[in-house]
Amino acid sequence: MLIRQPVRLAVALAGISFAGILMFMQLGFRDGLFDASVTVHRRFDADLVLISPRSTSSVRMAGFPKRRLIQTMADSEVEGITPVHWSLMLWRNPQTRQTRSILGLGFDPEDPFFVDPDLAPKARALSQKGRVLFDERSRPEFGPVAAWYREGRTVESEIGGNRVRVAGLVQLGTSFGADGNLLTSSETFLDLMPTKAPGSIEVGLVRLRPGSDPLAVQARLTALLPNDVRVLTKQGFIDFEQNYWRSSTSIGFIFTLGAAMGFVVGCVIVYQVLYTDVSDHLPEYATLMAMGYRVSTLVGVVVREGLLLALIGYVPAYLAGQGLYLFVREATRLPVGMDFTRAATVFTMIFVMCMASAGLAMRRLVDADPAEIF
Amino acid sequence: MASTVAIEGLSHWYGRGGNRRQVLESVNLRIEPGEVVLLTGPSGCGKTTLLTLIGALRTVQDGQVTVLGQPLNGAGRGARQRLRRRIGMIFQGHNLLRCLTAEQNVQMGADLLLNRSYLARRDLAREWLRAVGLGDHLGKLPHDLSGGQKQRVAIARALAAQPQLLLADEPTAALDSSTGREVVDLLKRLAREQACSVLMVTHDPRILDVADRLVRMEDGRLLTSIG
Repeated sequence: MLIRQPVRLAVALAGISFAGILMFMQLGFRDGLFDASVTVHRRFDADLVLISPRSTSSVRMAGFPKRRLIQTMADSEVEGITPVHWSLMLWRNPQTRQTRSILGLGFDPEDPFFVDPDLAPKARALSQKGRVLFDERSRPEFGPVAAWYREGRTVESEIGGNRVRVAGLVQLGTSFGADGNLLTSSETFLDLMPTKAPGSIEVGLVRLRPGSDPLAVQARLTALLPNDVRVLTKQGFIDFEQNYWRSSTSIGFIFTLGAAMGFVVGCVIVYQVLYTDVSDHLPEYATLMAMGYRVSTLVGVVVREGLLLALIGYVPAYLAGQGLYLFVREATRLPVGMDFTRAATVFTMIFVMCMASAGLAMRRLVDADPAEIF
Repeated sequence: MASTVAIEGLSHWYGRGGNRRQVLESVNLRIEPGEVVLLTGPSGCGKTTLLTLIGALRTVQDGQVTVLGQPLNGAGRGARQRLRRRIGMIFQGHNLLRCLTAEQNVQMGADLLLNRSYLARRDLAREWLRAVGLGDHLGKLPHDLSGGQKQRVAIARALAAQPQLLLADEPTAALDSSTGREVVDLLKRLAREQACSVLMVTHDPRILDVADRLVRMEDGRLLTSIG
């Protein structure tokens, strides 16, 4: 029946699409931010990860004795270990001279700790002191480091009063906590951060022999080591970081609330449209009831109308969502993308929204008293 | 053979408490199968109320009403809905569905017949439109039809459900005299062919002669029964 009223149809579809876009955006941001918070974590070549129990997140990593990591070698299943230094540092923008905090990781250049095989050749350059690898996906506030480096210029900057030179570029990505990343050797790291004790590390990576069960080893190591370290699986390390942002900050809540708002707005619009539509056609519904049609048949008509709206409204929402994600990726460098789960979630939400509105609008049908039409 | 409609001592009130107003008072009426009965009377005398009660659109308050063998006192929603399928209704306004074509509107009536395929029901709808002389207007929307044509579509719709009783509330009210005459004649002829009883409410004195029997109503009472 809506087809005969193109304006109302357009309003309904616009409303549904708008709600869909809103949900796509909020959920996309939320997932994107959570995803981004673990870009570095994912790349670690490790089965188990040791951290200090005092660490709360990537922006507040506490140190623990390096000895503990070496102790894990006692377990027969452990194949290799890599100590990693992890801290926020103040990077001076080589162009504007402004300082800004950047996440610095220090590791042994002979022992690249990322799954990424690209790192090994680049890491060799770090064996010289005062050299860093700069994350070219860092925010532009750190200066045009990547562009200058590609032009062949010698890019030098300062971290905590120490001169550093960019010896290569890597691709990691920004997150909640870190607007940019840089990699350096343990030695340089300790030079840059003189307050850190040399025998202390922030993250210990443990690689296991192929075929071993990380959970079993995790349990053994937890029993073996004193409680000044926590043993996590790689997934546990990722969850540890995401949990922090999810539960200890309001970010997850805010975006979920945003999505809920989109849902409510959509509900109101669809309800309004369906309700007016049912009201306008009340005499016709009443006629059908007088002819002997069951109320359930008429309810079916409204449900189908809602379903159709959901289907047609979803298409523009999906397309606009894609476009929006592209735009957000460009603007914030956060890894926001359309995934199947989210596409399905939003569709379910739109579907529920249309059905709920149809359900509410149907109450109007009860008012269709067939005796009133004579 | 049982009467199509049997009413004994039917009374009906509107409103409640102090505002309660009696609209029907001890009405007795029988309509036999195939009979065409015209109901006349001044407006507000309860004709339409009587029609809605027979059409199972209102709950019977007091008295005995049996339509097509179904007693209506205390009949539930489901029973009344099933009974309505066997009663054709033609309204003062045509009450066609605005967004459906003439053919689809008639098919809404034919769709009430169970156990028939979609194609059979569509053919039935076309047949009825031809029977009311609208074979050339199958695909038109009610908007594009004249008043008489719309009322004829409504008749086709009512008859397509193959009712045993046809209730019509001033079907000629919105029509000029010659069209009104045509519509009523058509109604009577088709009802005859279907052996369908007709109860028609009308003010129109020009069509009284189609009736087998004329019933006059005043202030909620049936006054005369001629014929």
